Amino acid sequence: MTVEPVDFLLDPLRSGIDRRALLELALVGVFCGALGFWVVTERLAYAAESLSHGLLPGLVIAALAGASLLLGAAGGAVVAAGLLALAARDERIGPDTGTAVAVTGLVGLGALLALEPEAPQRLDELLFGDPLGVGDGDLVAATALLVAGGAALVALHRPLCAVAFDPSGAAAAGVRPGLVRIALLALLAAAIAVAARGLGALLVLAVLVAPPVAVARHAGTPARAMLAAGAVAVLAGLVGIEVSFHAGSAAGASVALALCLAAAVGAALPHSLRRGADAGRTASPRGRGPA
Amino acid sequence: MSVGSDVAVRADGLAAGYGGEVVLREVTFTVDAGRSVCVLGPNGGGKTTLFRVLLGELRPVAGHFRVAGRPAYVAQTERTRLDFPVTALDVALMGALARGRWWLPPGRNDRAAARAALERVGLGAQAGVRFGELSGGQRQRALLARALVHDARVLLLDEPLSGVDPASAALIGGVFDELRAGGRALLVSSHDVESARGFDLVLCLHQRQVAFGPPAEVLERPTLQATYGREMIVLEDAGPARAVTVQHHDHEHDEE
Repeated sequence: MTVEPVDFLLDPLRSGIDRRALLELALVGVFCGALGFWVVTERLAYAAESLSHGLLPGLVIAALAGASLLLGAAGGAVVAAGLLALAARDERIGPDTGTAVAVTGLVGLGALLALEPEAPQRLDELLFGDPLGVGDGDLVAATALLVAGGAALVALHRPLCAVAFDPSGAAAAGVRPGLVRIALLALLAAAIAVAARGLGALLVLAVLVAPPVAVARHAGTPARAMLAAGAVAVLAGLVGIEVSFHAGSAAGASVALALCLAAAVGAALPHSLRRGADAGRTASPRGRGPA
Repeated sequence: MSVGSDVAVRADGLAAGYGGEVVLREVTFTVDAGRSVCVLGPNGGGKTTLFRVLLGELRPVAGHFRVAGRPAYVAQTERTRLDFPVTALDVALMGALARGRWWLPPGRNDRAAARAALERVGLGAQAGVRFGELSGGQRQRALLARALVHDARVLLLDEPLSGVDPASAALIGGVFDELRAGGRALLVSSHDVESARGFDLVLCLHQRQVAFGPPAEVLERPTLQATYGREMIVLEDAGPARAVTVQHHDHEHDEE
């Protein structure tokens, strides 16, 4: 390899802004990829999408007030979760329709607030994210998410596996499927609130759903799928930032596209890859999540 | 056998249903430790509803029940996720969650118990095989191994012998005998009247309790007719014990 391609790849790392963006995406990506395995397994992708879009008013209000976007995202996620839960309960129209109406209403409210003439922050940054704009506080939040959320995923690994496999059987063994699901949703809300800073209300779903889809057919155990999904998320973040640096494209959107491309490639790869990987492994199971 | 009435399951005037509609009523029976019960009835007869009540998933609308400890449950294999990446050993280890400490990895004893359980159900060599890649009978045995690791005093098994190959059925029957000898109580739902003859007791359900007692008393034509109604055919010439079988392909209505 000559020097130029190496320079080409390392150039973004020479900029402090891009280094920060990469670090943010790596921290968020490892956790969201691993969590995403459970989001996809428990078929919560639509709930995740609704929650991430629905927190837009919180982001906009925080931007207008000059407050922390993370706080805005967290507040927005809590309010959206409550509203979505209420809307989904209307049995006359069904949960999907109720959720769709509530989400659209929340996005409309967010846009209305953001398009006020005196709004300082541009709406596109809140919708599509701004990984190049992350501050120290965002990095601290992402680190805290990875450490605390990762610990929660490790501790919950056995109940999560048992409930995903057979909820009735898990309940008979003393696991409370309802509580396990609530814990999963709480982790999801925290992940969305933290990750929305870099990828925005519309694109944050990519880091939660695309990595597990990419690895779904190739991982032999839940723990391996979680680790592999985290690795895919980090790699896609790197690719997205590289593309954004050299092509001058929007960073958040470049990362989201790289994530979705990884999902498409992973889903298209032949299933036999997994068999090859399984052949080398012994009968001893892994009971745990990412160490 | 000692007289000490070691009651494993007792139901007294139990009734249960969904959304205000009662689908099972007048259920009163007692099962001692070391006894096996075949729960017979048509689809929608209330077998699954009874299990859900005994598991604590469904609150009865009337009556009382008592189960010694938390029962182990063997679901029908169709209720499990075949695409979820776990091995037979992983499934057996899920039974160890009953010992609490769910936040810790399974301990050495748990692993030993899971391997022993897989040996007991004849899956020792398949410990590392993915659940979804096992045959139907092997899946059923893996779920039975999970219940063995749970090590409960009462086991509830939902149609464990339906669609199972003869070798698996024989293995499962052998484990049932061992469990009874070990003082465990078994409630096994089935739609196969012939298989009920091998149990200590038979409980017939058809939206209410039709009969409860030893097979010789319960498996008589009037009782079976009350249990199954028009779904039943009687084969008069099939040996001294009068084999009875059940049509399962033309239900007029399924309630579950």
